[in-house]
Amino acid sequence: MTDQETNSARSAAGTASGLAIQARDLTRKFGSVVAVDHVSLDIERAHIYGFLGPNGSGKSTTIRMFCGLLRPTSGTVQVLGYDVLRDPEALRTKIGYMTQKFSLWDDLTVLENLRFMAQAYTLDKHRAKRRIDAVMEEFHLRELSGRLAAAMSGGQRQRLALAVATLHEPEMLFLDEPTSAVDPQSRRDFWESLFGLANRGTTILVSTHYMDEAERCHRLAILSQGRVVAEGAPETLMSNLPLRVVEVQAREVDRARGELHELPQVRSLAQLGLRLHVLLDRETPDPAALVADRLRKANIDAEVDVTRANLEDVFVAATLPGVPSMAPERAA
Amino acid sequence: MNPFLAMLARIKAVAFKEFLQLRRDRLTGGMIVGIPLIQILIFGYGINMDVRHIRAGVVDEANTSMSRSLVSQLEASQVVHFTERATNVHDLRRMIAAGDISAGLVIPRDFERRRLGTDRAVAQLLIDGSEPGVEGALRALAMMPIRDRAADAAVPLRPLEVLTEYNPERRTAVQIVPALIGVILFMTMVVFTAISLVRERERGNLELLITTPVKSVELMIGKLAPYVVVGLIQTTLILLMGTLLFDVPINGHIWQLYVGASLFIGATLALGLVISTFATTQFQAMQLGFFTMLPSILLSGFLFPFDGMPEAAQWIAEVLPLTHFNTIVRGVVLRGAELADLAVPLLKLTAFLVVAVTIAATRFRKRLG
Repeated sequence: MTDQETNSARSAAGTASGLAIQARDLTRKFGSVVAVDHVSLDIERAHIYGFLGPNGSGKSTTIRMFCGLLRPTSGTVQVLGYDVLRDPEALRTKIGYMTQKFSLWDDLTVLENLRFMAQAYTLDKHRAKRRIDAVMEEFHLRELSGRLAAAMSGGQRQRLALAVATLHEPEMLFLDEPTSAVDPQSRRDFWESLFGLANRGTTILVSTHYMDEAERCHRLAILSQGRVVAEGAPETLMSNLPLRVVEVQAREVDRARGELHELPQVRSLAQLGLRLHVLLDRETPDPAALVADRLRKANIDAEVDVTRANLEDVFVAATLPGVPSMAPERAA
Repeated sequence: MNPFLAMLARIKAVAFKEFLQLRRDRLTGGMIVGIPLIQILIFGYGINMDVRHIRAGVVDEANTSMSRSLVSQLEASQVVHFTERATNVHDLRRMIAAGDISAGLVIPRDFERRRLGTDRAVAQLLIDGSEPGVEGALRALAMMPIRDRAADAAVPLRPLEVLTEYNPERRTAVQIVPALIGVILFMTMVVFTAISLVRERERGNLELLITTPVKSVELMIGKLAPYVVVGLIQTTLILLMGTLLFDVPINGHIWQLYVGASLFIGATLALGLVISTFATTQFQAMQLGFFTMLPSILLSGFLFPFDGMPEAAQWIAEVLPLTHFNTIVRGVVLRGAELADLAVPLLKLTAFLVVAVTIAATRFRKRLG
């Protein structure tokens, strides 16, 4: 039985409820800069867990600490039950890592890259052959097997990188902004593959700055300036947003924008074509009426509706000052 | 704006940007100052065609006051410095073969009789023909008029008999070609390894490898092993060309040369590793490689005799692995020396290897930070 089959068996029996990752107060400083600031997280097995945040929010640094590439300044992290600091070598064969930048060998072919990495993971001959066959099939690499990595497109390289990361059937996959260099169709295919892996029991931690990708995760953490500012299932985060959302459609969108800026209840304004996406304080009794009233007084013809919050609203709200926290408290 | 001024403005912008980048790149900045500084010092002091203090040995079978005077007169010329004394010619030759001395003075038992006669040379000067530069200086010395102590006037010119050992035809190729093995190995090995490691770091390959079970020591050995083979192929190639094209004799055991070459390849690879831990880009690795190459070629005795260099340059030369490999390669190939005769340079090479590997291992960490 392979590792993956073991995983899915456990998952089917409902015994995979253990945590894949348990991080407590994980902190990393680079000189005086705090890149990761007391991050505490629980990640369940066989979940796709997302890290959403802008560049420099600490996503990569956190992932690198999880992989044992970077020593935390303080705090602890357990991956698959192992202490990353004390037992990094034991974890190596159980995790797969896909770097932000394509980091396979440009001057090797697809097959050569796969063979080398199979040996680096010390797979025996038969298993290596079986696994290389399997990933070439799964990630549609067979017809590319003789192609140099340098001559492949962004989407193809990413398929190869994921194939390599899953070659040794890791229980846990770390994907650091895997889709930053690929077209939308490749991104869709890529996510299909991720769900396939998760359904077979692999835990996946993926960082992204795409809202639509974050929304596909089972659970996600929003990072800003090294801190977890919101955490939970995407739907829960959106429905529990501690702000009210109003959408305004107006011809004179620029003037409407100026008017609404004046309102003290308005916390954030974003323009989408001819529409304005407005976030208001939660205590605002009837936000749509308030906005419509203000625009009418300014002689602006507009259509105002209360709408459902999207993930971007959650992200904006999480980084605004004075907004109630969306990150759950955790016992150390 | 007038198109010419606009062009100037754009050129200025590019030049300024280049300058800013250069200033951020500390290592390159250091090279800008370092390379000319080192070059001037080496060319100015290191290269000395006016060879002095050549290490020499003497066998004085006559042991008369006049024979001792001959030794001291030669020593007074400052061209030779008699560091060794041998009891017979055989021992003297062995010292030359081992590279301890570059010249040997043989004063025969019938020295006094020869001195009074007119037909035969009073003594014999053996010259190591495997080293460049030495031979000419010693030949000139042999022509020096020797004064008779009793009559203060110069005795009729009676030059010493000169015997150029190992290279009787006095061909430069014989001196240069074997030593080229070291120079070529040094050039390729140091830069190849440094670049191949830095390239993996630059391209992010290393970050991926770190998450696999491959350990750093396995990575290092695995990366260096192919270059040992490359180095031995180069050695063979140069030896073949040397014998076929330049008629360089191979007087020693060839396997002993390969033992020395393997040790030297190890030392150069280790130096490449050390460089790779300092350089962050392939360009920097290249620069640092050249930086170590320059003194190696100029100070190692490849082109200019070691004995001719001032003391400070000799200290630097002692640190360079190429200096010791040149002694080994000329010893084995030209002078037919045995590894046992060459224990000192072999040990020095080993010491270099150990120190370099230690430095590289402490600086090369598997964890990124």
